Amino acid sequence: MEALLNILNELHPEVDFETATGLIDDKVLDSFDIVTIVAEIDAEYDVQIPAVELTPENFNSAQALYALVERLMEE
Amino acid sequence: MQTNILQYLERTVVRCPDKVAFANEEMGLTFSEVYNQARAIGTKLNKEGYYAKPIVVFMRKHPTTLAAFFGAIYAGCYYVPLDDEMPRHRIELIFQTLGEGALICDETTQSIASELNYKGQIFRYEDLAKGEADDAVLADIRDKQLDIDPIYIVFTSGSTGVPKGVVACHRSVIDYVEHLCEVLKFDENSVFGNQTPLYFDAYLKEVIPTLKYGAKTVLIPKQLFMFPIKLVEFLNEHKINTLCWVVSALTMISSFRTFETVKPEYLRTIAFASEVFPIKQFKLWRAALPQARFINLYGPTETTGICCYYEVDREFSEDETLPVGRPFKNTQIILLDENNQVPPVGQQGEICVRGTRLTLGYYCNPEKTSEAFVQNPLNNLYPELIYRTGDLGRWNDRGELEFAGRKDYQIKHMGHRIELGEIEVIVNMHTQVRSACCIFDNEKKKIVLFYTGDIPVAELTAYIKSKLPRYMIPNVTKQLDELPYTPNGKIDRNGLKSLYAGK
Repeated sequence: MEALLNILNELHPEVDFETATGLIDDKVLDSFDIVTIVAEIDAEYDVQIPAVELTPENFNSAQALYALVERLMEE
Repeated sequence: MQTNILQYLERTVVRCPDKVAFANEEMGLTFSEVYNQARAIGTKLNKEGYYAKPIVVFMRKHPTTLAAFFGAIYAGCYYVPLDDEMPRHRIELIFQTLGEGALICDETTQSIASELNYKGQIFRYEDLAKGEADDAVLADIRDKQLDIDPIYIVFTSGSTGVPKGVVACHRSVIDYVEHLCEVLKFDENSVFGNQTPLYFDAYLKEVIPTLKYGAKTVLIPKQLFMFPIKLVEFLNEHKINTLCWVVSALTMISSFRTFETVKPEYLRTIAFASEVFPIKQFKLWRAALPQARFINLYGPTETTGICCYYEVDREFSEDETLPVGRPFKNTQIILLDENNQVPPVGQQGEICVRGTRLTLGYYCNPEKTSEAFVQNPLNNLYPELIYRTGDLGRWNDRGELEFAGRKDYQIKHMGHRIELGEIEVIVNMHTQVRSACCIFDNEKKKIVLFYTGDIPVAELTAYIKSKLPRYMIPNVTKQLDELPYTPNGKIDRNGLKSLYAGK
């Protein structure tokens, strides 16, 4: 989780990702961020997020995103 | 001979008044609605005393925004599209440049508009559009208008910290649209899926041909560009067959292997601009849509959008780049070296453009205008302007122009043209910053800011977000004790690049 928070904090240092729950709905993240996050998750966790998992729900909070990473790591 | 872009609309509205011209996910405007609303807006603005004045269009991205643009032209004015998410600081800089004029907002932007420090009159779209058109007033305006009169001003990043307003006229837009349509083979069956924002000029590629042919443009919700499967489903649902997108929007779809789940069913023409298309991603598109035509477009806003094209007609390996190609008809590309001479074929020179498509220059900025729009140095016989793009290029063995980088610190990021110097000026304005320098990580496409000073990174980022549009916010910000300097006292950008690479 910490590595994921580092990835997010590097993109938006002024956002508190531990508590933010509307990253997509509140337009905190844009398409550039999504592309970057997916690439960095691949580099950090060796997890490739497939297109079907790119949904607002999976990216709305750091928690949801980490749950996705864990789920994909298990598969 | 056509001298006004509104003639496209006026010819088409007779032919297919009830066809939807501009739509989004929930509504559409027919050609007759666009025509009637634009004429009502033009009448009202003119009766309020606006002629040959800038009309700021401060509306959300919506079909009515386009009708507001044409309304401004009907009034004999020129429109200035502004991003409703742009920070206030930047909007007010633009207002200072524009001076006297009026502003059109809608119900979603009305409250923000009233808080802006705007000196002119503010109108609501809904109020303007429901009025009556006055044929005599509009005919009188048309009588006075020339094809060298401005249509719009779009603001682009300026290295001094102040955005530059590029002014385009009827004649250059008509020249642009006619030749673009010929090459891309648009027709009345074209269904465009618009990706680009309405506050630059890229949307002209879809919107003006829509008027010309009685085609259709669907404005795609911005949010979908984060979710590629939904995006492709949207293209299919709306039977979109033609795209003119920035490269990063296309690669977002291909890099997530979206095509393994869903493919665009109707696409037949895919034009792209603003950045270099990575060949690996391009091949994924080509494999998914083997029957479609792919056209690389190139050109700066100062030449009314696009001046060169290349239709992909051969295979490329991953270490090659797609050429910029050749100029459209009635446009010439001249390469010039440091001595304003034409370099031998194969050698690099600055890409300079000659032709009707040159815009009129920068609004209220004769100094910057005369730096970029200059007398053709190869002609000392009569006045003739060329535009110096600042891009470097060379001719390859096939006679195609290839892009070879920039002369300065301008970059392309997610399809946006950005002066790194403008970011640096804004950062340096903060009292707790001692020095700042931006570099661009070309591989990962990240803007990287280095600075020295007491302010923490998070606080500085929040400050930058209040001053600059989102696409100009550095993707990585690093605080340093000292910036590296070259022996002659300049900030050492290469030193910063290697520092960043070895982080």
